[in-house]
Amino acid sequence: MRHLMNPLDFSVEELDQLLRLANDIEADPEKYAHACDGKTLATCFYEPSTRTRLSFEAAMLNLGGRVLGFADASNSSAAKGESVADTMRVISCYADICAMRHPKEGAPLVASQTSGIPLINAGDGGHQHPTQTLTDLLTIYSLKGRLDHLTIGLCGDLKFGRTVHSLIHALIRYPGIEFVLISPEELRIPSNLHDEVLVRNNIPFKEVVRLEEALPELDILYMTRVQRERFFNEEDYIRMKDFYILDKAKMELAPEDMLVLHPLPRVNEISVEVDDDPRAVYFKQAQYGVYVRMALILTLLEVEV
Amino acid sequence: MLNVGAIREGYVLDHIKAGTSLAIYHYMKLDELDCTIAMIMNARSNKMGKKDILKIECDPSLIDLDILGFLDHNITVNIVRDEEIVEKKKLELPLEIRNVIRCKNPRCISSIEQELDQVFYLTDPEKEIYRCKYCETKYKKN
Repeated sequence: MRHLMNPLDFSVEELDQLLRLANDIEADPEKYAHACDGKTLATCFYEPSTRTRLSFEAAMLNLGGRVLGFADASNSSAAKGESVADTMRVISCYADICAMRHPKEGAPLVASQTSGIPLINAGDGGHQHPTQTLTDLLTIYSLKGRLDHLTIGLCGDLKFGRTVHSLIHALIRYPGIEFVLISPEELRIPSNLHDEVLVRNNIPFKEVVRLEEALPELDILYMTRVQRERFFNEEDYIRMKDFYILDKAKMELAPEDMLVLHPLPRVNEISVEVDDDPRAVYFKQAQYGVYVRMALILTLLEVEV
Repeated sequence: MLNVGAIREGYVLDHIKAGTSLAIYHYMKLDELDCTIAMIMNARSNKMGKKDILKIECDPSLIDLDILGFLDHNITVNIVRDEEIVEKKKLELPLEIRNVIRCKNPRCISSIEQELDQVFYLTDPEKEIYRCKYCETKYKKN
Protein backbone atom coordinates (compact mmCIF):
# COMPACT_ATOMS: atom_id res chain seq x y z
CA MET A 1 0.00 0.00 0.00
CA ARG A 2 1.24 3.42 -0.95
CA HIS A 3 0.51 6.97 0.22
CA LEU A 4 1.30 10.34 -1.33
CA MET A 5 2.73 12.80 1.16
CA ASN A 6 5.24 14.72 -0.93
CA PRO A 7 5.41 15.32 -4.69
CA LEU A 8 8.85 13.70 -4.64
CA ASP A 9 7.39 10.40 -3.37
CA PHE A 10 7.12 9.44 -7.05
CA SER A 11 10.29 8.87 -9.03
CA VAL A 12 10.63 10.61 -12.40
CA GLU A 13 9.66 7.34 -14.12
CA GLU A 14 6.60 6.84 -11.90
CA LEU A 15 5.60 10.43 -12.47
CA ASP A 16 5.91 9.97 -16.24
CA GLN A 17 3.60 6.99 -15.99
CA LEU A 18 1.10 8.97 -13.91
CA LEU A 19 1.10 11.91 -16.33
CA ARG A 20 0.65 9.59 -19.31
CA LEU A 21 -2.28 7.95 -17.56
CA ALA A 22 -3.79 11.40 -16.92
CA ASN A 23 -3.38 12.24 -20.62
CA ASP A 24 -5.13 9.01 -21.55
CA ILE A 25 -7.99 9.85 -19.19
CA GLU A 26 -8.29 13.26 -20.86
CA ALA A 27 -8.35 11.66 -24.32
CA ASP A 28 -10.93 9.01 -23.45
CA PRO A 29 -12.77 9.71 -20.18
CA GLU A 30 -15.49 7.16 -21.00
CA LYS A 31 -12.96 4.35 -20.76
CA TYR A 32 -12.43 5.19 -17.08
CA ALA A 33 -16.02 6.05 -16.16
CA HIS A 34 -16.52 2.84 -14.18
CA ALA A 35 -12.94 2.12 -13.11
CA CYS A 36 -13.75 2.74 -9.45
CA ASP A 37 -17.26 1.32 -9.28
CA GLY A 38 -17.92 0.26 -5.70
CA LYS A 39 -14.94 2.19 -4.30
CA THR A 40 -15.23 5.06 -1.83
CA LEU A 41 -13.06 8.13 -1.38
CA ALA A 42 -13.07 9.86 2.01
CA THR A 43 -12.29 13.58 1.90
CA CYS A 44 -11.18 14.61 5.40
CA PHE A 45 -10.79 18.38 5.29
CA TYR A 46 -9.86 19.82 8.67
CA GLU A 47 -9.80 23.28 7.10
CA PRO A 48 -11.99 24.53 4.28
CA SER A 49 -10.60 24.30 0.76
CA THR A 50 -13.54 24.10 -1.57
CA ARG A 51 -11.60 23.85 -4.81
CA THR A 52 -9.24 21.06 -3.76
CA ARG A 53 -12.03 19.08 -2.12
CA LEU A 54 -14.37 19.39 -5.09
CA SER A 55 -11.54 18.47 -7.45
CA PHE A 56 -10.95 15.25 -5.49
CA GLU A 57 -14.65 14.51 -5.36
CA ALA A 58 -15.09 15.21 -9.08
CA ALA A 59 -12.14 12.90 -9.79
CA MET A 60 -13.68 10.02 -7.82
CA LEU A 61 -17.18 10.58 -9.22
CA ASN A 62 -15.75 10.63 -12.78
CA LEU A 63 -14.25 7.21 -12.05
CA GLY A 64 -17.64 5.84 -10.97
CA GLY A 65 -16.75 5.82 -7.27
CA ARG A 66 -18.48 7.39 -4.29
CA VAL A 67 -17.38 10.05 -1.83
CA LEU A 68 -17.93 10.80 1.83
CA GLY A 69 -16.21 13.10 4.27
CA PHE A 70 -16.25 16.41 6.07
CA ALA A 71 -15.30 19.90 4.92
CA ASP A 72 -14.43 21.56 8.22
CA ALA A 73 -12.86 20.41 11.50
CA SER A 74 -15.83 21.73 13.47
CA ASN A 75 -17.97 18.98 11.91
CA SER A 76 -15.49 16.25 12.77
CA SER A 77 -14.35 14.29 15.79
CA ALA A 78 -11.28 16.55 15.94
CA ALA A 79 -13.56 19.11 17.62
CA LYS A 80 -13.97 16.56 20.43
CA GLY A 81 -10.21 16.19 20.72
CA GLU A 82 -9.63 12.98 18.77
CA SER A 83 -6.10 12.50 17.48
CA VAL A 84 -5.39 12.39 13.76
CA ALA A 85 -3.99 8.87 14.19
CA ASP A 86 -7.24 7.61 15.75
CA THR A 87 -9.45 9.37 13.19
CA MET A 88 -7.47 7.72 10.40
CA ARG A 89 -7.88 4.24 11.90
CA VAL A 90 -11.62 4.78 11.86
CA ILE A 91 -11.79 6.30 8.36
CA SER A 92 -9.89 3.22 7.12
CA CYS A 93 -12.98 1.17 8.06
CA TYR A 94 -15.29 3.36 5.96
CA ALA A 95 -13.43 4.06 2.71
CA ASP A 96 -10.95 2.62 0.22
CA ILE A 97 -8.81 5.75 -0.17
CA CYS A 98 -8.58 9.07 1.65
CA ALA A 99 -7.57 12.65 0.83
CA MET A 100 -6.67 14.69 3.91
CA ARG A 101 -6.30 18.44 4.29
CA HIS A 102 -5.07 19.69 7.67
CA PRO A 103 -3.83 23.05 8.97
CA LYS A 104 -1.07 21.36 10.99
CA GLU A 105 2.09 20.52 9.07
CA GLY A 106 2.83 16.81 8.96
CA ALA A 107 -0.68 15.75 10.02
CA PRO A 108 -1.23 13.53 6.94
CA LEU A 109 2.12 11.84 7.58
CA VAL A 110 1.03 11.03 11.14
CA ALA A 111 -2.30 9.75 9.78
CA SER A 112 -0.51 7.56 7.23
CA GLN A 113 1.25 5.73 10.08
CA THR A 114 -2.04 4.25 11.26
CA SER A 115 -3.93 4.22 7.99
CA GLY A 116 -5.17 0.96 6.53
CA ILE A 117 -5.91 2.62 3.16
CA PRO A 118 -3.90 4.76 0.73
CA LEU A 119 -3.77 8.34 1.95
CA ILE A 120 -3.21 11.47 -0.13
CA ASN A 121 -1.92 14.66 1.42
CA ALA A 122 -4.34 17.30 0.15
CA GLY A 123 -2.36 20.12 1.77
CA ASP A 124 -0.86 20.44 5.25
CA GLY A 125 -0.47 24.06 6.37
CA GLY A 126 2.40 25.79 4.63
CA HIS A 127 4.23 22.51 4.17
CA GLN A 128 3.23 20.36 1.17
CA HIS A 129 0.44 20.25 -1.38
CA PRO A 130 1.55 17.43 -3.69
CA THR A 131 -1.57 17.22 -5.88
CA GLN A 132 -1.16 20.91 -6.75
CA THR A 133 2.37 20.14 -7.91
CA LEU A 134 1.13 17.15 -9.91
CA THR A 135 -1.49 19.44 -11.46
CA ASP A 136 1.17 22.00 -12.40
CA LEU A 137 3.40 19.31 -13.90
CA LEU A 138 0.54 17.79 -15.90
CA THR A 139 -0.43 21.21 -17.24
CA ILE A 140 3.12 21.93 -18.42
CA TYR A 141 3.61 18.38 -19.73
CA SER A 142 0.33 18.41 -21.67
CA LEU A 143 0.59 21.89 -23.15
CA LYS A 144 4.36 22.09 -23.72
CA GLY A 145 4.90 18.41 -24.44
CA ARG A 146 7.86 18.17 -22.07
CA LEU A 147 9.11 18.91 -18.57
CA ASP A 148 12.74 19.47 -19.53
CA HIS A 149 14.62 22.36 -21.14
CA LEU A 150 12.26 25.07 -19.96
CA THR A 151 12.79 28.55 -18.52
CA ILE A 152 10.28 29.01 -15.75
CA GLY A 153 9.42 32.32 -14.18
CA LEU A 154 8.02 32.09 -10.66
CA CYS A 155 6.36 35.32 -9.65
CA GLY A 156 4.89 36.75 -6.45
CA ASP A 157 5.20 35.32 -2.98
CA LEU A 158 8.20 33.03 -3.28
CA LYS A 159 8.87 33.10 0.46
CA PHE A 160 5.67 31.56 1.80
CA GLY A 161 4.25 30.06 -1.41
CA ARG A 162 4.46 26.31 -0.89
CA THR A 163 3.30 25.59 -4.47
CA VAL A 164 6.38 27.39 -5.74
CA HIS A 165 8.70 25.51 -3.38
CA SER A 166 7.24 22.13 -4.37
CA LEU A 167 7.39 22.98 -8.07
CA ILE A 168 11.09 23.89 -7.80
CA HIS A 169 11.82 20.58 -6.03
CA ALA A 170 9.89 18.65 -8.68
CA LEU A 171 11.33 20.39 -11.75
CA ILE A 172 15.02 20.28 -10.86
CA ARG A 173 14.89 16.53 -11.50
CA TYR A 174 14.63 17.28 -15.25
CA PRO A 175 17.54 18.44 -17.43
CA GLY A 176 17.82 21.95 -18.83
CA ILE A 177 15.57 23.68 -16.31
CA GLU A 178 16.24 27.35 -15.57
CA PHE A 179 14.38 29.56 -13.13
CA VAL A 180 13.73 33.28 -13.06
CA LEU A 181 12.59 34.17 -9.56
CA ILE A 182 10.47 37.30 -9.67
CA SER A 183 9.59 38.78 -6.29
CA PRO A 184 9.96 41.81 -4.07
CA GLU A 185 13.06 41.64 -1.84
CA GLU A 186 10.95 40.70 1.19
CA LEU A 187 9.31 37.72 -0.50
CA ARG A 188 12.34 36.01 -2.04
CA ILE A 189 12.67 32.24 -1.78
CA PRO A 190 13.85 31.01 1.64
CA SER A 191 17.59 30.59 2.10
CA ASN A 192 17.38 26.81 2.51
CA LEU A 193 15.77 26.48 -0.93
CA HIS A 194 18.24 28.96 -2.39
CA ASP A 195 21.34 27.31 -0.87
CA GLU A 196 20.41 23.67 -0.29
CA VAL A 197 18.45 23.12 -3.51
CA LEU A 198 19.29 25.59 -6.30
CA VAL A 199 22.93 26.38 -5.55
CA ARG A 200 23.85 22.89 -4.39
CA ASN A 201 22.39 21.26 -7.50
CA ASN A 202 23.93 23.87 -9.86
CA ILE A 203 20.53 24.89 -11.21
CA PRO A 204 20.75 28.08 -13.29
CA PHE A 205 18.57 30.80 -11.78
CA LYS A 206 18.36 34.54 -11.34
CA GLU A 207 16.41 36.72 -8.97
CA VAL A 208 14.72 39.83 -10.36
CA VAL A 209 12.23 42.33 -9.00
CA ARG A 210 10.61 43.57 -12.23
CA LEU A 211 8.24 41.22 -14.04
CA GLU A 212 8.68 43.15 -17.33
CA GLU A 213 12.38 42.35 -17.30
CA ALA A 214 11.79 38.60 -17.05
CA LEU A 215 8.85 38.13 -19.42
CA PRO A 216 10.60 38.01 -22.84
CA GLU A 217 12.71 34.95 -21.96
CA LEU A 218 10.08 32.74 -20.31
CA ASP A 219 8.49 29.48 -21.47
CA ILE A 220 6.27 29.36 -18.39
CA LEU A 221 5.12 32.13 -16.07
CA TYR A 222 3.84 30.77 -12.77
CA MET A 223 1.95 33.50 -10.94
CA THR A 224 1.08 33.24 -7.25
CA ARG A 225 -1.15 35.13 -4.89
CA VAL A 226 0.26 36.93 -1.87
CA GLN A 227 -1.64 35.11 0.86
CA ARG A 228 -3.00 37.14 3.73
CA GLU A 229 -2.98 34.13 6.08
CA ARG A 230 0.83 33.76 5.79
CA PHE A 231 1.51 37.26 7.17
CA PHE A 232 1.66 38.07 10.86
CA ASN A 233 1.51 41.77 10.09
CA GLU A 234 -1.45 43.22 8.15
CA GLU A 235 0.59 46.26 7.02
CA ASP A 236 3.17 44.06 5.31
CA TYR A 237 0.39 42.18 3.54
CA ILE A 238 -1.22 45.36 2.24
CA ARG A 239 2.13 46.66 1.01
CA MET A 240 2.88 43.43 -0.88
CA LYS A 241 -0.46 42.30 -2.21
CA ASP A 242 -0.55 44.45 -5.37
CA PHE A 243 3.16 44.32 -6.13
CA TYR A 244 2.58 42.37 -9.36
CA ILE A 245 -0.38 42.69 -11.69
CA LEU A 246 -0.16 40.84 -14.99
CA ASP A 247 -2.18 42.70 -17.61
CA LYS A 248 -2.55 42.85 -21.40
CA ALA A 249 0.28 45.37 -21.81
CA LYS A 250 2.74 43.12 -19.95
CA MET A 251 1.59 40.08 -21.90
CA GLU A 252 2.75 41.84 -25.06
CA LEU A 253 6.31 41.50 -23.79
CA ALA A 254 5.98 37.72 -23.46
CA PRO A 255 6.78 35.14 -26.15
CA GLU A 256 3.82 33.88 -28.18
CA ASP A 257 4.12 30.37 -26.84
CA MET A 258 4.61 31.28 -23.16
CA LEU A 259 2.05 29.78 -20.79
CA VAL A 260 0.63 31.54 -17.74
CA LEU A 261 -0.16 29.23 -14.83
CA HIS A 262 -1.65 30.07 -11.45
CA PRO A 263 -2.66 27.67 -8.66
CA LEU A 264 -5.82 29.77 -8.06
CA PRO A 265 -7.67 31.43 -6.47
CA ARG A 266 -6.52 34.51 -8.35
CA VAL A 267 -7.21 37.79 -6.55
CA ASN A 268 -5.88 40.71 -8.56
CA GLU A 269 -2.39 39.60 -9.58
CA ILE A 270 -3.76 38.65 -13.01
CA SER A 271 -6.08 41.14 -14.62
CA VAL A 272 -9.34 39.67 -15.94
CA GLU A 273 -8.46 41.06 -19.39
CA VAL A 274 -5.72 38.42 -19.65
CA ASP A 275 -8.21 35.55 -19.29
CA ASP A 276 -9.03 35.51 -23.03
CA ASP A 277 -5.38 35.36 -24.06
CA PRO A 278 -4.70 31.84 -25.39
CA ARG A 279 -1.53 31.76 -23.27
CA ALA A 280 -3.57 32.05 -20.06
CA VAL A 281 -4.06 28.42 -19.07
CA TYR A 282 -4.92 28.71 -15.36
CA PHE A 283 -8.50 27.57 -15.81
CA LYS A 284 -7.40 24.66 -17.99
CA GLN A 285 -4.98 23.91 -15.15
CA ALA A 286 -7.98 23.36 -12.84
CA GLN A 287 -9.30 20.79 -15.33
CA TYR A 288 -5.91 19.07 -15.40
CA GLY A 289 -6.16 18.97 -11.60
CA VAL A 290 -9.14 16.63 -11.92
CA TYR A 291 -7.39 14.40 -14.50
CA VAL A 292 -4.25 14.07 -12.41
CA ARG A 293 -6.26 13.25 -9.28
CA MET A 294 -8.14 10.59 -11.27
CA ALA A 295 -4.81 9.13 -12.36
CA LEU A 296 -3.53 9.28 -8.79
CA ILE A 297 -6.58 7.52 -7.34
CA LEU A 298 -6.26 4.75 -9.95
CA THR A 299 -2.53 4.41 -9.27
CA LEU A 300 -2.83 4.26 -5.48
CA LEU A 301 -5.78 1.87 -5.63
CA GLU A 302 -3.81 -0.21 -8.15
CA VAL A 303 -6.79 -0.24 -10.52
CA GLU A 304 -5.88 -1.17 -14.07
CA VAL A 305 -8.14 -0.25 -16.98
CA MET B 1 42.23 21.34 43.23
CA LEU B 2 39.17 19.18 43.67
CA ASN B 3 39.76 15.44 43.42
CA VAL B 4 37.13 12.96 42.29
CA GLY B 5 38.09 9.29 42.47
CA ALA B 6 38.34 6.88 39.55
CA ILE B 7 35.38 4.77 38.52
CA ARG B 8 35.51 1.00 38.22
CA GLU B 9 33.28 0.53 35.19
CA GLY B 10 31.45 3.00 32.97
CA TYR B 11 32.12 6.18 31.07
CA VAL B 12 34.18 9.29 31.51
CA LEU B 13 32.88 12.00 29.23
CA ASP B 14 35.65 14.54 28.86
CA HIS B 15 35.97 17.87 27.06
CA ILE B 16 32.35 18.83 27.59
CA LYS B 17 31.83 22.52 26.87
CA ALA B 18 31.97 24.29 30.24
CA GLY B 19 28.56 24.78 31.80
CA THR B 20 26.69 22.31 29.61
CA SER B 21 27.11 19.08 31.58
CA LEU B 22 23.84 19.53 33.47
CA ALA B 23 21.91 19.80 30.21
CA ILE B 24 23.70 16.70 28.92
CA TYR B 25 22.82 14.89 32.16
CA HIS B 26 19.13 15.60 31.49
CA TYR B 27 19.18 14.94 27.74
CA MET B 28 20.86 11.56 28.34
CA LYS B 29 18.25 10.81 31.00
CA LEU B 30 21.02 9.90 33.45
CA ASP B 31 18.66 10.73 36.31
CA GLU B 32 16.68 7.62 35.31
CA LEU B 33 19.69 5.32 35.76
CA ASP B 34 20.50 3.60 39.02
CA CYS B 35 24.17 4.55 39.15
CA THR B 36 26.65 6.97 40.65
CA ILE B 37 27.47 10.04 38.61
CA ALA B 38 30.09 12.71 39.25
CA MET B 39 29.64 16.03 37.52
CA ILE B 40 32.73 18.18 37.43
CA MET B 41 32.16 21.69 36.17
CA ASN B 42 34.60 24.40 35.11
CA ALA B 43 37.68 22.16 35.38
CA ARG B 44 40.89 23.63 33.95
CA SER B 45 41.72 22.44 30.46
CA ASN B 46 44.77 23.14 28.30
CA LYS B 47 42.73 22.54 25.17
CA MET B 48 39.55 24.40 26.11
CA GLY B 49 40.47 26.75 28.96
CA LYS B 50 37.51 25.46 31.00
CA LYS B 51 35.57 22.26 30.56
CA ASP B 52 33.06 19.96 32.23
CA ILE B 53 33.53 16.24 32.88
CA LEU B 54 30.93 13.56 33.62
CA LYS B 55 31.92 10.31 35.29
CA ILE B 56 29.25 7.66 35.09
CA GLU B 57 29.65 4.44 37.05
CA CYS B 58 27.46 1.95 35.17
CA ASP B 59 27.24 -0.86 32.66
CA PRO B 60 28.40 0.84 29.41
CA SER B 61 25.60 -0.80 27.43
CA LEU B 62 23.03 1.30 29.31
CA ILE B 63 24.11 4.58 27.77
CA ASP B 64 22.86 5.91 24.43
CA LEU B 65 25.86 7.51 22.78
CA ASP B 66 23.84 8.54 19.71
CA ILE B 67 22.23 11.33 21.69
CA LEU B 68 25.66 12.49 22.83
CA GLY B 69 26.78 12.67 19.20
CA PHE B 70 23.92 15.07 18.53
CA LEU B 71 24.47 17.17 21.65
CA ASP B 72 28.20 17.72 21.17
CA HIS B 73 30.31 15.44 19.03
CA ASN B 74 33.54 17.05 20.30
CA ILE B 75 33.13 15.29 23.64
CA THR B 76 35.76 12.63 24.32
CA VAL B 77 34.15 9.37 25.41
CA ASN B 78 36.36 7.09 27.49
CA ILE B 79 35.11 3.59 28.28
CA VAL B 80 36.41 2.36 31.61
CA ARG B 81 36.76 -1.22 32.83
CA ASP B 82 38.58 -2.21 36.02
CA GLU B 83 39.52 1.43 36.58
CA GLU B 84 41.38 1.54 33.23
CA ILE B 85 40.41 3.40 30.07
CA VAL B 86 40.00 0.53 27.60
CA GLU B 87 38.56 2.44 24.65
CA LYS B 88 38.09 5.97 23.36
CA LYS B 89 34.97 6.27 21.26
CA LYS B 90 34.51 8.69 18.39
CA LEU B 91 31.11 10.28 18.39
CA GLU B 92 29.10 10.53 15.21
CA LEU B 93 26.01 12.49 14.33
CA PRO B 94 23.01 10.15 14.69
CA LEU B 95 20.84 9.79 11.58
CA GLU B 96 17.68 9.92 13.68
CA ILE B 97 16.88 11.42 17.08
CA ARG B 98 13.78 10.26 18.87
CA ASN B 99 12.17 11.98 21.85
CA VAL B 100 15.19 14.06 22.82
CA ILE B 101 14.31 17.44 21.35
CA ARG B 102 10.95 18.97 20.46
CA CYS B 103 9.85 20.69 17.28
CA LYS B 104 9.43 24.40 17.91
CA ASN B 105 7.16 25.05 14.93
CA PRO B 106 3.73 25.91 16.40
CA ARG B 107 2.12 24.79 13.14
CA CYS B 108 3.62 21.28 13.40
CA ILE B 109 1.27 18.38 14.14
CA SER B 110 3.67 17.28 16.89
CA SER B 111 2.53 20.32 18.89
CA ILE B 112 -0.96 18.83 19.39
CA GLU B 113 -1.03 15.12 18.54
CA GLN B 114 -1.36 12.88 21.57
CA GLU B 115 1.70 10.76 22.49
CA LEU B 116 3.39 11.34 19.15
CA ASP B 117 7.14 10.58 19.08
CA GLN B 118 9.29 13.64 18.43
CA VAL B 119 11.50 12.52 15.57
CA PHE B 120 14.25 14.42 13.77
CA TYR B 121 16.35 13.31 10.80
CA LEU B 122 19.86 14.40 9.92
CA THR B 123 19.38 16.08 6.53
CA ASP B 124 22.76 17.78 6.11
CA PRO B 125 25.69 16.09 7.89
CA GLU B 126 28.12 18.81 6.74
CA LYS B 127 26.16 21.63 8.32
CA GLU B 128 24.77 19.36 11.09
CA ILE B 129 21.19 20.18 10.18
CA TYR B 130 18.34 18.17 11.69
CA ARG B 131 14.77 18.51 10.45
CA CYS B 132 11.49 17.47 12.05
CA LYS B 133 10.13 14.29 10.48
CA TYR B 134 6.63 15.79 10.23
CA CYS B 135 6.98 19.44 9.19
CA GLU B 136 10.65 19.43 8.06
CA THR B 137 11.40 22.53 10.12
CA LYS B 138 15.08 22.93 10.87
CA TYR B 139 16.02 22.42 14.53
CA LYS B 140 17.94 25.32 15.99
CA LYS B 141 20.03 24.33 18.98
CA ASN B 142 19.80 27.65 20.78
